[in-house]
Amino acid sequence: PAPKPNQPTSFEATADKEDTSAPETVVQSSVPQPKDDFQEELVIRPLHSGDIYASFQFRTLWETDFMRGNKVSHYRLFPKSLGQVISKFSVRELHISFTQGYWRTMQWGQPFLPSPPGAELWVWFQDSVTDVDGTWKELTNVLSGIFCASLNFIDSTNTVQPSASFKPLGIGNVTDHRFLRYATLPREIVCTENLTPWKKLLPCGSKAGLAVLLKSEKLFHSSFHSQAVHIRPVCQDWQCKTTSWELRQTLNVVFDLHTPGQGKLEWSLFKMFSRTLTEACPLASSSKIYIDITDDPQGEQFEVSPATHLLSQAMVLGDRRTFSVYDLTQQITFGTVRSLNLLIRWKSSEDMLRPLLHAERYVAGYGLQTGEIHTLMYNNHPYRSFPVLLLDSVPWYLRLYIHTLTVTSKGKDNKPSYIHYQPSKDRVRPHLLEMLVQLPPNSVTEVTVQFERALLKWTEYTPDPNHGFYVGSSVISSLVPSIVAMDTNSTREQPLFSSFFPCKEESSYFMRVYTEPLLVNLPTPDFSMPYNVICLTCTVVAVGYGSLYNLLTRSFQIEEPSPGLAKRIANIIRKMRGVPPL
Amino acid sequence: MAAPLTLLLLVAVTVRAALYRSSLADLISERVEVVSPLTAWKRVVEGLALLDLGVSPYSGDVFHETPLIIYLFHFLVDYAEITFMLADVITAVALYLSVKDYNKQVFRKQKYALEADRYPLDCLELIRSPKEMQYIPLKVAMFYLLNPFTILSCVAKSTCGLNNAVIALFVLSTIKGNVLLSAIFLSLATYQSIYPLTLCAAALLYLLQRQYIPVNLRRFSFWWFVAQYAFMYLGSLFVIVGLSFFLLGSWDFLPSVYGFILSVPDLTPNIGLFWYFFAEMFEHFRLFFLCVFQINVFFYTVPLSIKLKEHPVFLIFMQLAVISIFKSYPTVGDIALYMAFLPVWSHLHRFLRNIFLVSCVLLACSALFPVLWHLWIYAGSANSNFYYAITLLFNVAQILLVSDYFYAFLRREHHLSHGLYLKRKDGSEATLVLK
Repeated sequence: PAPKPNQPTSFEATADKEDTSAPETVVQSSVPQPKDDFQEELVIRPLHSGDIYASFQFRTLWETDFMRGNKVSHYRLFPKSLGQVISKFSVRELHISFTQGYWRTMQWGQPFLPSPPGAELWVWFQDSVTDVDGTWKELTNVLSGIFCASLNFIDSTNTVQPSASFKPLGIGNVTDHRFLRYATLPREIVCTENLTPWKKLLPCGSKAGLAVLLKSEKLFHSSFHSQAVHIRPVCQDWQCKTTSWELRQTLNVVFDLHTPGQGKLEWSLFKMFSRTLTEACPLASSSKIYIDITDDPQGEQFEVSPATHLLSQAMVLGDRRTFSVYDLTQQITFGTVRSLNLLIRWKSSEDMLRPLLHAERYVAGYGLQTGEIHTLMYNNHPYRSFPVLLLDSVPWYLRLYIHTLTVTSKGKDNKPSYIHYQPSKDRVRPHLLEMLVQLPPNSVTEVTVQFERALLKWTEYTPDPNHGFYVGSSVISSLVPSIVAMDTNSTREQPLFSSFFPCKEESSYFMRVYTEPLLVNLPTPDFSMPYNVICLTCTVVAVGYGSLYNLLTRSFQIEEPSPGLAKRIANIIRKMRGVPPL
Repeated sequence: MAAPLTLLLLVAVTVRAALYRSSLADLISERVEVVSPLTAWKRVVEGLALLDLGVSPYSGDVFHETPLIIYLFHFLVDYAEITFMLADVITAVALYLSVKDYNKQVFRKQKYALEADRYPLDCLELIRSPKEMQYIPLKVAMFYLLNPFTILSCVAKSTCGLNNAVIALFVLSTIKGNVLLSAIFLSLATYQSIYPLTLCAAALLYLLQRQYIPVNLRRFSFWWFVAQYAFMYLGSLFVIVGLSFFLLGSWDFLPSVYGFILSVPDLTPNIGLFWYFFAEMFEHFRLFFLCVFQINVFFYTVPLSIKLKEHPVFLIFMQLAVISIFKSYPTVGDIALYMAFLPVWSHLHRFLRNIFLVSCVLLACSALFPVLWHLWIYAGSANSNFYYAITLLFNVAQILLVSDYFYAFLRREHHLSHGLYLKRKDGSEATLVLK
C-alpha cells in the first residue's frame, strides 16, 4: 500500500528498526524520491575560564527545487513548515537566531557561529519577488508563529537594507541588495517556548540522537544560549551541477560550572544536560561528538573519559584544531552500559590566545538630551592590518548627527574608505551607517557619533518606559588573516562547525563580531496627564481667544450703575402695572 | 541720529562677538528655548554634511531648512558668525528707519486732525509731541539689539535671526510705500516659514491707505490694487520655490519644510504650546486638534484687519505677536521681534492695566526655564510637567501683554473721539467698560 504523501516517516523508522519482519514500504510514484541527508554533531570546547562551550549543529541537505511550479508535497527529513515558508515567500536564504546573553569574546574566544543578543533575522529573497517589503512583513509574521517569538515587532522602523555587509552565504550570483532585509530585536527574550518549536523541526525531534540532551531547564541555566536556523542553497559537488537546500539548526550554549574558590571542576554530559546519550538519531547519516583537545595534546591540562582513539583535525577560525571524535553510529561508543557520559577532569590551567578581532560599544554623555555612541574595535594581530565593515542600525528616536562622526586609531584620524549612510525618517525607518575601516595592527579604533534623544508620543513608549530603549548590536564583518591555510574546497567532507562560512581564499577567513546592545533612556512625558494637558493647553488658547474676542467685538461704553435688587423688582412690577419705572 | 545708532550697533556687535568667543556659545546653541528643530545651527551643519556625503538633506528627518539656506550657507558656512551679526544689524537698522518714517506720518496725520478740530478739547494731553517721539526709533533699535533674547538667538546662530531680518525689511519697504519690495520680502518671509502669510492683510491695508485708495469692497480701484499686490507676491513666491527646486532637482523639500511646520511630527520641547499637547494627545483626535491649532494662528487675521483697518502698523504688531505665540515651533528670537515694537506704543502706558504683573511673570518664567529643564533632563528630580507649566505661564503672560496693549490702543482711540474725562448722565465721573 502506498503511504500517505505528507506523513513524515521518522517515527515509523524508529519502530521498524527492531521489527525486521515488517514489510518494507515501497513508494510507488512516478517522480523519483529526492535525496535527503541528515547529519548531527556536537562540538565541546573547554574554555580557559573554566566554562564549557557546547555547539550543536543539525544539518539537513535536500536535493529539491522549491521554486518549481508543482509544489513539493512529500517531506521526509526536511520540516514541512520551513519548506512551505521557502516556497511561499520565494526565500533564497534565511538566517534567524535567538540569543540570550552576550558572547564574551575576550574570555571565551571566538564562537563558531556569532549571534547578537535578542533576535536577529536576515533574509535574501529571490529576484522574482516584486514587493519585497510586503513579503518581508508576511514572512516575519509567519516566522513569529513558527518560532513562538514576537517577531511581529519587526517593521519598517527597525528593518534596514545593508549595502555591503551580509552578502549571501549560499550559492547564487544575485547581489542586488534590494532583495536583502536585516532586522534585530535586541529586547527579545528566549525561553522554553522558543526551544520547543525549534526542536520540533528536527527529524528525530528530541527523542533520539544528540537532541535528547536539549532539556530546557539546564539549557537556560547558562551564561550564553543561542539557537539559530540557517537555510541556504549549496552545491552538491565540485562542479556545482546540482544544488540542494541546506537547513542548519544550531544551538550554542556556554555553561558556567565554575564555582569560585574551588578551581576548575570536572564536568560531564550528565552534569551539563542532565541526560546521557544512548543512541544516535536513526535518520542521521552521521552523528558525532567532537571534543577540542588542541590546547592539551599531551593530556596535561585535562583528561577525557571514556578515552577514544579517533582523532580528527579541522581548520576552523583560522586555526588548525585537533578533536577527539566519538561516533555515535558505532555501537561500541556506548560501551557495555549502553550510555555515553563524557567526562573531563581539569588538571592545570593556562592562558589562552587573544582573539584577533574584538569589539565593544557603549553610550557616553549624561542627561536625557544628548549622548554619544562609542564603538571600539580591537585588532590584536601583531603586524597585520585588515579592513572591517561596520554596520550600525540606530533607531530613529536617537537622532544621529553624522557631521560629528569621528574615527580615530592610535590617536590619529582614520578616514573610512567607504561610507554608506541612510538617515532615518521619523516613525518610518532607522539610521543605517556602514563603513569600511582599515584597522592598523595591534591597535584600538574608536568610532564616535553624537545623537540627540527625541521625545515620543505617549502611546509610543513601552509599558516600562524607564527601563530604556534598546539599540541593536553593531555588526562587524571582516576577513581576518589566518595562521594556517584555509581549505577552499567547500564540498569536501568536513565537520559541520568548520563549513558554515564559505571560504574563498586560503589566507583569511570570514569572521563576524557582534557588539553589545545599548540601553538608552529617553525623556518621558507624564503618562497620567493626557486629559489634564489637553484641558490646560486649550485653556491657554482660550484665554488668548477670549481676550481678543472681547476687544474685537465689544466697544467702550459708559457704565451705568445698575439699580439694586429691590428697585429692579419694583420696576418689573411697575412695568406689569403699566406705570413708568423708578 | 546717526551717531547714537552707530554707537548702539557697535555695542551690540561687541557683546555678540564677546559671547561667541566664550564657552557659553556651545551651551547656548543647545538650549531648546533658543533653537528649535526648524532653526538650529547644528541641523544646518548636518544638512550640509549630508549633502557632502551625497545624500539629499531632505531624505532624513534632521534638516528642515529651506533650500535657499543651503544655497546661502554653502558659501558662508565659515563666516556664519558675521552673517548672523549682520542679520541682527540689518533688522535693527530696518526697524529704526521704518519707525522713524512711521512717526513722521503719525505726526502729520495728527497735525491735520488738530487743524480740522477733530479732537475733543479735554484730550489734548493725549496728543503726541515731536519731542517725545524723537528717541523712539533709537529705543526700538535698542530694544531689539540689546534684548537678551536676541543676543541669545544670535549667539546660538539660530536662523530665526535671518527670518527676523527678512520680516524687518518687509516692514521697512511697506512703510516706505514700495509695493514691489514689500511683496518680494513678504514672499521670502512666507517661504521661510508659512506664518508671515497673515501679514499680507496688514501690508495691503497700509499701502492702500498710503495711496489714498479707500478700502471699499465695491470699488474697482481696491480690487485692482489687491490684484497687483497678489500678482507680485505670488509671482515672487513661485520664482523662489522654482529656484529651490532647481537646487536639488526634487520637490522633497516641500514635505520636509512645510509638511513639517504644519504637521508637527517632532515633539522636541520648546517654549510653545504644541509639543506637550501633541505628546499627550489621543491618537484619534490628533488630526482634529492639529487643524484647530494651525487654524488658530491664521484665524485672527480677518477680525483684526476689520477692527484695525485705520491702523495697519498696529495690525502688523498684533499679527507678529499672534504668530510668535501660537506658531508650531516658537523660539525666543520670534518674541524679540515683536517686543522691539513696544517703544512705538509707549504713549499708551497710562492705559495699560497689567503691565507690572506681565513683566514680573515674563522675567520669572525666563529665569525658571533653564532651571526646570535642568531638573527634568539632567537631575531627574522633576518631570516634564514642571517645564510644561512654565511654558503655559509664559504664553499666558505674552497673551496678556498683547491684549493689554490692544486694549490700551483701542481705549486711546475711543478717548480721542469721545473725550478724555467722561461724565455720566448725573455728572459724576464715569468708568469705561467693554460691552
